[in-house]
Amino acid sequence: MPVTIKVNGVDHPIDATPDTPLLWVIRDHIQMTGTKFGCGMSLCGSCTVHLDGQPIRSCVTPLSAAAGKSITTIEGVNSPAAKAIQQAWTELEVAQCGYCQSGQIMSATALLEQNTDPTDEEINTAMAGNICRCATYVRIRKAIKQAATQLT
Amino acid sequence: MMYTRSSFTAATDNQTSQESVTLSNRRDFLKLMTGVGTGLTIAVNIPPVLAQGSDSGRNRLENTGKDGSFAPNAFIRISSDDKVILVMKHLEMGQGTFTGLSTLIAEELDADWNQIQPEGAPADTARYKNLHWGAQGTGGSSAIANSFEQMRIAGATAKTMLVAAAAIKWQVPAAEISVKKGVVSHDQKGYSARFGELAELAAQQPIPETDSIQLKDPKDFVLIGRSLPRKDRGKTNGSAIYTQDVKMEGLLTTLVAHPPRFGGRLRSFDDSKARTVKGVVNVVKIPSGVAVLAKDFWSAKQGRDLLVLDWDESQAIKQDSKALMDQFKRLAEEPGISARSDGDINASLANAATLIEASYEFPYLAHSAMEPMNCVARVNEQGCEIWNGEQVQSMDQGAVANALGIAPEQVKINMLYAGGSFGRRANPQSDYVLEAAYIAKAVTGTPIKLVWTREDDTRGGYYRPMNFHKIRAGLDDSGNLIAWDQRIVGQSIAKGTAFEAFMVKDGVDATSVEGAYNLPYQIPNFHVDLHTVDLQVPIQWWRSVGHSHTAFSTEVFIDRLARASAQDPVDFRLKLLKQHPRHRGVLELVAKKANWGTPLPKGWGRGVAVHKSFNTYVAQVAEVSLQADGNFKVERVVCAVDCGIAINPDIIRAQMEGGIGFGLSPALMSEITLDESGQVKQSNFHDYQVLRITQMPEIEVHIVASAEPPTGVGEPGTPPIAPAVANALTDLTGQHFNKLPLKLS
Repeated sequence: MPVTIKVNGVDHPIDATPDTPLLWVIRDHIQMTGTKFGCGMSLCGSCTVHLDGQPIRSCVTPLSAAAGKSITTIEGVNSPAAKAIQQAWTELEVAQCGYCQSGQIMSATALLEQNTDPTDEEINTAMAGNICRCATYVRIRKAIKQAATQLT
Repeated sequence: MMYTRSSFTAATDNQTSQESVTLSNRRDFLKLMTGVGTGLTIAVNIPPVLAQGSDSGRNRLENTGKDGSFAPNAFIRISSDDKVILVMKHLEMGQGTFTGLSTLIAEELDADWNQIQPEGAPADTARYKNLHWGAQGTGGSSAIANSFEQMRIAGATAKTMLVAAAAIKWQVPAAEISVKKGVVSHDQKGYSARFGELAELAAQQPIPETDSIQLKDPKDFVLIGRSLPRKDRGKTNGSAIYTQDVKMEGLLTTLVAHPPRFGGRLRSFDDSKARTVKGVVNVVKIPSGVAVLAKDFWSAKQGRDLLVLDWDESQAIKQDSKALMDQFKRLAEEPGISARSDGDINASLANAATLIEASYEFPYLAHSAMEPMNCVARVNEQGCEIWNGEQVQSMDQGAVANALGIAPEQVKINMLYAGGSFGRRANPQSDYVLEAAYIAKAVTGTPIKLVWTREDDTRGGYYRPMNFHKIRAGLDDSGNLIAWDQRIVGQSIAKGTAFEAFMVKDGVDATSVEGAYNLPYQIPNFHVDLHTVDLQVPIQWWRSVGHSHTAFSTEVFIDRLARASAQDPVDFRLKLLKQHPRHRGVLELVAKKANWGTPLPKGWGRGVAVHKSFNTYVAQVAEVSLQADGNFKVERVVCAVDCGIAINPDIIRAQMEGGIGFGLSPALMSEITLDESGQVKQSNFHDYQVLRITQMPEIEVHIVASAEPPTGVGEPGTPPIAPAVANALTDLTGQHFNKLPLKLS
């Protein structure tokens, strides 16, 4: 039985088993590839999307848990916090290989949507689930702080 | 990854003559790499600077695209709509090479940075070879170093032709024409034109001889030396395309079941259950295992989980890491093959007033790029086409051609962004690329996307080799270092690969001893030897290769000697580096910027390390603190780097930051180990831990001003960090560290 999920404001009927991870629904069924596969176990954060505004790891979220909810991916994220984050990311040249950055940006955006003036500790806590093997962490911290100044 | 010619540093570093293997015979290298004959070996006969020669008839044809575009050489295409497409011969895997190479061309072309659009080069060794290798590929932090002149000449050539076109169009002498920011002008007459307007006419101009090209005086650089915005865009909105993101009509996703232990082979399998999974289309046997092909990843994974596999493990490794390390330690009791010997090591050690000895253990390490290994391939009657974060085209092209029994020219390779590599995508066996090619061959006509899961990637081998080092040193009664005897035990990366012929000399793999056998410190009696161990565990270059362990043993031990003779670690090193001004330069700079010698807060320690790799000099000071829970934290790292002319200072800083972060993972937590059955214990990021933002120190990078030719920055930031942190911990606790990852006792 196809279920319908709403991604970036658009309804998509999906013909997949209910246990199919949302990540693969987004990537393989809807063919949106900005959300990345990194670990499949909710360990690296590359697959982070927003489910009703909350950051979640789509690699361990079954399709059944996403049905009827509103999903936002890197392709659709456009809140003031998201725009400030993306701009700061570009200005500070955060990305190196870039593969994890969709997830980093989704986590950072969720942080600033809830807290426009995070402390270093709050940034570290919010971003601890997102691995970057290029180790762009110094710039991620700076970019979040810089983006925050645009929101207050 | 590999060795670069070291001529650039000859003037300032008198040990350059001993500086490792050089690619003296490129023709052999290419043949070995590709395993094939004529087609590709033509490449090495082409003049090295520009892939196109001076055959003006041929060039005339190639200069002009159908749309009136201007393509003066293999690297530049200027279209009538004023876009400047630059063809990038090196892989962009995060290190910033698309920006660096573009800068070199745009500088001499005097293009507007905004009009530059880089694109990946196809596999074409003749045109796009790495001039340090004679083969097409990226590694060894060599992209900028090998291209510095070539890319500038390419740009200057195009500019000369644009100016010639303008001179004809405006009927003015070429010498009166100037070019700035993508605009060609004749000031007196007030003429000006953008490149695109001149493209068609420029394409009809003769290509100037390379010898006649005048490159800019560095004082006239307008782009080189500036932190220009990066050109690898699309990484903040999900639009950048990696191998994982390739879409194609009819594309099947495939996962492969590999043997659980290295050296194992498939005996038989039953795929009847796997084939019942909805979405699974096919199951095929390939040399490395069993591939399940499906319409999507999840179906392929479920299908793979249902395979019933019988492995022949008679040749598989069945020892654990401790047993392997014990074997290494036993070997270290006996002399190995000498890599270098100066003076009389035995007599000098016997006569030393103080004798100090230490040993160091290093585990296997996985690269764990965020994008697990993957490759898209399609085989049809024309040949094989590959889409990949392609790092060594010549090698993979030859390997695929051999495997499929086709000509290398029939292997087309599209280079996409790589989601990290750290050496892994430059596999000497073309492992995962061949896997994709075999699967594509089995389903000829259907494109396939091979996807490794994180578990496949972590357990897939091709690790940074495990190593054991033992060092003995002697000081005289004045505290002078008179003898250094180092023994290294580990597997050889190059042995048994195409690289053996020029990387292994007299039984010594240069990648096993680099950074140790050419230790810069002035020591009259000096000896390094090597035991090479053969094991089933596949190994490979991992960001900074041998330097990833030799920098640790040598820089921790030199610190120990300084302490043993009650000398300041920076002063002690400087005294031994009199003949190495660039080592001294970074060391003095980092000491100054880190306020070396000034008091730290209570519970903090400070340590230093300096190491040259890939002709780039890096020194780092790490500050650590003891935490309330008994653990330690790396608080801050100050880094000084001398990489010659700084093409893009911000990217150099980014690579130092990233290289430090990458090196902190093995310093603090990462290790791959085998259990008693010989199986890799780790599988994903919960047990193969890597650095997270919470563990990332603040980093300050200082670049030495230099007029020397530029050298690479992708790898050299990594080697000094682990020893700098260990030395800081010794400063803090007095404990000596003999093992990575570092643990307080």
